[in-house]
Amino acid sequence: MTTWIAIGLTAVGCYLAKLLGLLVPPGPMERPLVRRLAALLPVALLAALTALQTLDGGDGAVVVDARLAGLTAAGAALLLRAPFLLVVGSAVLVTAGFRALGG
Amino acid sequence: MNKIDLQLTAYGFFVMEKSTESTDLSERPTGEARAATLRDSLGVGFAVGLSGFAFGVTAVSGGLSVAQACVLSLLVFTGASQFALVGALAGGGNPYTAAAGAFFLGVRNCFYGLRLSSVLSPSRRTRPLVAHWVIDETTAVTLAQPNAPLARLGFAVSGTTLFVCWNLTTLLGALGAGSIGDPDAWGLDAASPAVFLALLAPMLRSTAERATAVLAVLLGLACLPLLPTGVPVLVAALAAPLVLLFAGRRGRDTVAEPTDVGGSEEGRVP
Repeated sequence: MTTWIAIGLTAVGCYLAKLLGLLVPPGPMERPLVRRLAALLPVALLAALTALQTLDGGDGAVVVDARLAGLTAAGAALLLRAPFLLVVGSAVLVTAGFRALGG
Repeated sequence: MNKIDLQLTAYGFFVMEKSTESTDLSERPTGEARAATLRDSLGVGFAVGLSGFAFGVTAVSGGLSVAQACVLSLLVFTGASQFALVGALAGGGNPYTAAAGAFFLGVRNCFYGLRLSSVLSPSRRTRPLVAHWVIDETTAVTLAQPNAPLARLGFAVSGTTLFVCWNLTTLLGALGAGSIGDPDAWGLDAASPAVFLALLAPMLRSTAERATAVLAVLLGLACLPLLPTGVPVLVAALAAPLVLLFAGRRGRDTVAEPTDVGGSEEGRVP
């Protein structure tokens, strides 16, 4: 049930954010400070999510395991301008490879 | 202007924005231009839609039901928020902090809408439907088009393709997740952070963005042992206003701040 609550809240919140952009006149939202904040907010969230989902050991501890190897591979793929699916695929394959080798 | 990098360039459209400024409403698109728009729209739609498969697998292996995974793709329909929600719930986070993290990621779509409304000028009736498709990829395709009719075509085709592919592949991934055994053995727990990294990479253009990313990582990891699951990400979001505050104090020379005159984004172009 709690999962459905989270899904419901996310669906409503994300939809309203999309709709608001189409409804409001651009005036106050186009102020430089608001735009800077809007550009930096996803950067902060995505960076934290990347780090936490790579290093979270599940019990509040930071853990270095096969996921970090996978993410390094994804980073290398990004530097080589690989397409999106290849970036994600390389992370998955390298992580699985490390685990298979006992890493 | 129809060649679009298929990478998920969340903010890539800022660079391409120039093309829409010279929008000539009287211009009738040639068959060739329409074909190019269709090709790009379908390409983006299929490429990104396929990653719905990764989402379906991640969602179900994280403890969601097939129905929950599909409802998320149908009703939320913005990838980063969906992955964030599923990750927070899988980690045992409470539903409110999990939804808050997903919502904050979805806020950027609001700013895409601001830009799109002047290009698409949707009618009052179609606006609620158009809104659902305002995401990274449709915005990039739409704003890359040379004129308004092609922009509308690009938005409609990329939106339709993405929506259909994303939902079909979510279903397939969710159904397939059960038959692959332990998802961690397949390295599938690395899919979601890799998605975030791929979304993040093109945003790291100026010093302010890089500083925000580093600070957010440090804040998130520092809070990990102290706060319940899902909350460290919200604390890390504070990196954005903190960097802005610091940059404001240091003066404008350190940050490429966009000017508000004529909506020029020159400062953002690398």
